Amino acid sequence: MSKPSDFVQGTLDLVLLKILALEPLHGWAISQRLPAVSGNVLQVSEGSLYPALHKLEVAGWIKAEWKITENNRRAKFYSITASGRKALNDQSADWDRLSKAVSQLLRLKEVRA
Amino acid sequence: MKVMRWLTALPLRLKTLFLTGRVEQELDEELAFHLERQVEQFMERGVSPEEARRMALKAMGGVEREKERCRDVRAGQWLDLTRADVVFGWRQLMKRKTTTATAVLSLGLAIGGCISAFRLVNALFLHPMPVSHPERLYGIYRFGKGFSDGKPRVETSYEYPVFQQMQAAVRNEAELIAVSYASPTDVTYRSEEEIEKAEVQYVSGSMFGAFGIRPAAGRLLTESDDLKPGAHPYAVLSHEYWAHRFGKDPHVIGSTVQIGEGRYEIVGIGPNNFTGTEPGTTTDIFLPTMMNPGVTHPDWGWIRILVLLRPGISAEVVQEQLRAVFETLQRERVKEFSGRPKQFLDRFLSWQVKLQHASAGISTTQDDYRLPLLTLSALLALVLLIACANVANLMSAQSAARAGEMALRFSLGARRSRLVRMVLAESAMMGAMASALGLLFSFWATPFVVARIQRPDLPIRLALQPDWLVVLAGMVITIAVTLISGLPPALRASHVQPVGALKGDSELKRWHRSTYVLIALQAAFCFVVIFVAGLFVTTFERLTQQSPGFSADGLLLVSAAAQRAQEPVVWDQTADLLHTVPGVVDVAQAEWPLLSGNTQNSFIAVDREVNPELASTLSVSPGWFRAMKIPLLAGRDFRENDRNGEVAVVNETFAKQYFGTPNAIGKRFSLQGVAGSIQVVGVMRNAHYQNVREGARPLFYMPIRQTSKNGGIAPISYETFVVRTAVGNPLSLTETLRKTIAMAHPELRITNVRTQQELIDAQTIRERLLAMLATFFAVVALLLAGIGLYGVLNYSVLQREREFGIRLAVGAPMRSIVQLVTTEVLAVVVAGAVVGAVVALATAPYLATLLFVVSARDPRMFMMPAAVLLGAAAMAALRPVMRASSIDPAIMLRSE
Repeated sequence: MSKPSDFVQGTLDLVLLKILALEPLHGWAISQRLPAVSGNVLQVSEGSLYPALHKLEVAGWIKAEWKITENNRRAKFYSITASGRKALNDQSADWDRLSKAVSQLLRLKEVRA
Repeated sequence: MKVMRWLTALPLRLKTLFLTGRVEQELDEELAFHLERQVEQFMERGVSPEEARRMALKAMGGVEREKERCRDVRAGQWLDLTRADVVFGWRQLMKRKTTTATAVLSLGLAIGGCISAFRLVNALFLHPMPVSHPERLYGIYRFGKGFSDGKPRVETSYEYPVFQQMQAAVRNEAELIAVSYASPTDVTYRSEEEIEKAEVQYVSGSMFGAFGIRPAAGRLLTESDDLKPGAHPYAVLSHEYWAHRFGKDPHVIGSTVQIGEGRYEIVGIGPNNFTGTEPGTTTDIFLPTMMNPGVTHPDWGWIRILVLLRPGISAEVVQEQLRAVFETLQRERVKEFSGRPKQFLDRFLSWQVKLQHASAGISTTQDDYRLPLLTLSALLALVLLIACANVANLMSAQSAARAGEMALRFSLGARRSRLVRMVLAESAMMGAMASALGLLFSFWATPFVVARIQRPDLPIRLALQPDWLVVLAGMVITIAVTLISGLPPALRASHVQPVGALKGDSELKRWHRSTYVLIALQAAFCFVVIFVAGLFVTTFERLTQQSPGFSADGLLLVSAAAQRAQEPVVWDQTADLLHTVPGVVDVAQAEWPLLSGNTQNSFIAVDREVNPELASTLSVSPGWFRAMKIPLLAGRDFRENDRNGEVAVVNETFAKQYFGTPNAIGKRFSLQGVAGSIQVVGVMRNAHYQNVREGARPLFYMPIRQTSKNGGIAPISYETFVVRTAVGNPLSLTETLRKTIAMAHPELRITNVRTQQELIDAQTIRERLLAMLATFFAVVALLLAGIGLYGVLNYSVLQREREFGIRLAVGAPMRSIVQLVTTEVLAVVVAGAVVGAVVALATAPYLATLLFVVSARDPRMFMMPAAVLLGAAAMAALRPVMRASSIDPAIMLRSE
């Protein structure tokens, strides 16, 4: 199972932006949703999650609102902003390029001398 | 793009900074929500509630650390943290108001002293004159051996012809500006009756232009006002003088002023910030150098020379050129000195010129107070360090007491840097409060010190406006105080070991080591301050308690001058008239008063052999010795028909120096370069001549009456009446004496009325100030160190009460408890004192020129601070020892 530290540098931000682009969520929900949508490959500890969320908020890519949850409790819901969406597009394009390049590289045939 | 994002996030950052409470609360709530859901999740899997909670907490890895990380991320700033620290620190400080107040007060006084000293240093030495290129401004200093004692000396005075030669030599590289010594001078605006004093300074006409100074009104002096001797009767007033003397009356321009013998037209007013070139003195009236009779005298040293380098020229180049000029001139001059002793010629040729920065100007006040101010600043710095050490010890005790709290914070995940910041925030706040207090204090203290160095004949006026340098110095001092007093306790707090501290171990061992170092330092600094204070007090005592050789009680000195020299009979009649004034006991005449600073020296030849030792002289009337109460040892006083140049009365030293016998009556000597021999008719007890610090110098008195060229008696243009009175305050007779002279002889003008005591006091002003301030510093240092020591001892007794109780219970004698409390600390104090003594011994030679008859190597001077310091340590130890010895083991052990 992948540990938080195994997140390639910067990819946690990307993943969080993507998840919040789908729908506004609170921290707990994000920590539950992440394994669910990644087939249990990706997981994030609270120790990384909240600082990352706060960092994105300060960066202006996501914004936070206090809302009532489905079972009537106050929770801080994060949602993506316009500049967050732009950052997501830029970064996912970058990610595509990078991951394609890495996969291609890995598919090279090894020739034994 | 980046800027935009930063801007959109700005409200959030500000919220983080200023609505800390709300942000913190939101953070708490967010994490609590997460925790709850986690607990619920575990419970849904069938875990018990308690276990679920424990597992959830573990999964979150420490809520405090979590919060900390989130805070860190917020705006990536520590500004937010600082605010929390400030709020928390403030609460801590307010919890112990007395301690805080003591700390702030002691730091504040010390900081205030330092700021005051710096303001003086700044005003005298650093603050550049308001001229266009202060950085290119230099002064020509001369370094060489003193003519009378051969000791190294620095001078800034030059003869005008020397200035002209130098000016011509470096015309292309620099502009040379001659400025006279500003001196209080008699000036009259209307009638002769209303004479007042103003600071008059003769300056090169080119000065204002070279300095880029513009007039506030009228015009300033120019080069064309400074061409021919005596031909340019124009005066410029300083703005300050114009404002306080004339209320900025524009009609002053065009009016005239009588200065000495000349009448001048006031042509303009200087700008409001330019007060002359002498820090310590503010010039009232500027006159062209050409109006001073000194411009044609080849041997009147009455000007200083300022050098304004032209752009791109280095000071070294100009200095080399000036050196060459000066050396040539010296060689020329030395040819005139044939017949003078070789020792004198060697000393004369030892002088060399050197350029030194003079962006603040050059003044006598600077020379007088350079070393004293430096010394006082150093003492103040030591006092400040003692105060800092006190606060550091105090806060260390506090942080030792808070070791438990710190350990808890650390265990909950607060980082060490955070703990350091917490404690530093406290000392920073104390530092800031103390600095504010110190600033207020300096507003009172600086003028207080300036008022203490006033001399009636040389009033000191300092421009004390705060400038950016003072602000900078204040900030540096504050930061230094914060770090010195805050860093040791902060580091200690952060090194807390959670396991030990939470179990209740007090970190006494660590605490002791650095505390001892601080106590030793305090003792060392204290020793130095007391030692220096002792030197200054002894100097002042010896100076004031020595006999000047005459009696100053009730002695009034009335200096008078005549526009046209008057026959001696006029002066004699005036003296007789003064004698009739009720309260006057005796009247005599002298060329000038003793201890007025005036000197006239000659080489003495006995049997045509010139002695290398210089002798000083003064012309006096018959009866002068009686009026001064200088005892006659042999021979007689002058008589009416004695003439100057024929007979002399000499002092003991003179008799021994030149004739080798105290009884020199009837012996003859001559003055080098003067024809005719002089017969000694009387020998007098030694008396101080020029200043109170000098030893007994050879001195000969000559009759005030002089044979004129045509064989009659030469007229006299100025002299001083020495008036012995029998009234408590001799100055109360001033008006009567003034009127008496004005009515009988209006041709005589009174230029100055002083008491002889004033002249004596004026020469010890610096010593009085040093003794007074150094004593004050010593008392403060001792008090602070004593309080600090008391605090430390008291605390350690409190900490060890239980241990002492057990010791007593198992039979330890009380004596051993007292030893436990005191031995170590006293050993530390003694060690500190030894270090202090070594430092004192090393620095004392630098103070030699400020001392009088007291040696900085005198063992007695070391005994005093040692005794005082140990006495204070014993006093500080008294109460803690009593507390330790009053421990009742039964009660102590029961309370545990």
